[in-house]
Amino acid sequence: MKKFINEVDDFILESLSGLAQAHPNLVSVNLDPMYVIRKDIANKKVVLISGGGSGHEPLHSGFVGHGMLDIACPGHVFTSPTPDQMISALEAYQPEKGVLFIVKNYSGDVMNFEMAAEMSSYENKSLIINDDAAVINSSYTTGKRGVAGTVIIEKVLGSLAETGANLDQCLSLGQRVNNASSTMGIALTSCTVPAAGKPTFDIGDDEVEVGVGIHGEPGRRREKIKKANLMVDDMIDVILADLKEKNVKTNSSEILLLVNGYAGTPLSELYLLFDVAAKNLKTHNIKIARSLVGNYTTALDMAGASLTLCVLDDDIKNHWDAPVLTPALRWGM
Amino acid sequence: MKTEFIQRCIKGITQAIIEHENDIESLDRAIGDGDHYINLKRGCLAINSMANDFNLMPPSDVFKKIGMKLLSTIGGASGPLFASFFLELSKSLENDGDDRDGFTKGFASGVRAIMTRGKSDFGEKTMLDVLIPISELLNNRVDGDIFDVATQIDRKANEAMLATKDLLPTKGRSAGLGDRALGHIDPGAKSCQVMISAVCQEILKAKK
Repeated sequence: MKKFINEVDDFILESLSGLAQAHPNLVSVNLDPMYVIRKDIANKKVVLISGGGSGHEPLHSGFVGHGMLDIACPGHVFTSPTPDQMISALEAYQPEKGVLFIVKNYSGDVMNFEMAAEMSSYENKSLIINDDAAVINSSYTTGKRGVAGTVIIEKVLGSLAETGANLDQCLSLGQRVNNASSTMGIALTSCTVPAAGKPTFDIGDDEVEVGVGIHGEPGRRREKIKKANLMVDDMIDVILADLKEKNVKTNSSEILLLVNGYAGTPLSELYLLFDVAAKNLKTHNIKIARSLVGNYTTALDMAGASLTLCVLDDDIKNHWDAPVLTPALRWGM
Repeated sequence: MKTEFIQRCIKGITQAIIEHENDIESLDRAIGDGDHYINLKRGCLAINSMANDFNLMPPSDVFKKIGMKLLSTIGGASGPLFASFFLELSKSLENDGDDRDGFTKGFASGVRAIMTRGKSDFGEKTMLDVLIPISELLNNRVDGDIFDVATQIDRKANEAMLATKDLLPTKGRSAGLGDRALGHIDPGAKSCQVMISAVCQEILKAKK
């Protein structure tokens, strides 16, 4: 293992401490228990709180700020955060208009957030994200996994919450965007969890894992690497089939295309994937109206990428375009 | 039930978990994500380090403290599951008393809390495949000789743990593996058996 590390146990603490110092105007970080909250506390609107295992940065800590999340609770690497983190963060934030827990569908995350929701003294609802089209059950999930579509959902809901919408409206739009989003990923290499010190899985130099999860957990199949356009064709086939199953119309629709890197693949390759995907989508009569390319939902140092299609309507589009000011996503202000 | 007995069980359970590191870890590497042992050990050590604070507390308060500590130290899915068990056990002892009858009811409520939290039931290759039969046995033998019952529970936990080998997983850590998990004992069933057996040994020590 070659990583920038002092002590394995301090990995997340030092990383969060760095985030706080790099963005002193945007976020405050508490280390025991671990949480990241917005500097300009906005507790008179619906408070959006998310979290999950670390190792997916900038998800979620990098999305705390105006127009996105109020609070992020990071766990240890690939391990869900615990309810005491959510409870302490909410006590520091003092929500006055209710709390929406935004939870990716992994058994540990779901149960820990569920207990936080039960123990919390604030009115709250929970949104479970499951945008992954690759597999039904995995080593971490019952049902479909929550992956890169989370970024779109957090951005859109962040904007809606800023307008003063109530808790039910936030939950309802969240469910709509979740249903309209579908993601499929491919890994070229494994990732290495610092505490483990060795790669999570073995993969040949000429192999890819199709449908990989964001912890390097298995997807649909292992196969020989192909040309990028053939791999993108496979991914889009899976995504379109998934959207069809969810009764989302894609033909002649406008979409947001997110090309998300897992952190070990350079931007040049991600933009190449965008080019290939754009050509493919044209043949399906799908119009790319909005786009995002970069490392937004990562898997430590894994090479690979996922494509997310989010079918847009005017509401979703307007909230996507609205100003956002966070460490990792910023436009319009 | 006396708090002093719970404190002895905490030491016994911690020791037993550490002794079974290899068993639990190799099972979890085969059909889980390999962190079950390390998470459990972290939880046990945290409880151990606070065990002396329990001296003057009634059992219901002790189990509440244990539940809250496990919730913040184990993490993953196991944390909320173990925590739900102990928090519900605590609540039940507070309402129904902490004699043997009360504990039997409390154990059953704790197991039900795990079923609700994990949305799981008997026969799905999880810790419940050990816990449910033990809860039933406790209930059926609530008037039986305590040493006999401890011996039976120890034996039953072992049988139930071994039986998870042939179960197809539909919930929990190995659900995504399907057929590939056949032939492997569930690591959560194994760690529960190790803990239950440790408690039985503490009871049987009084006989010697």
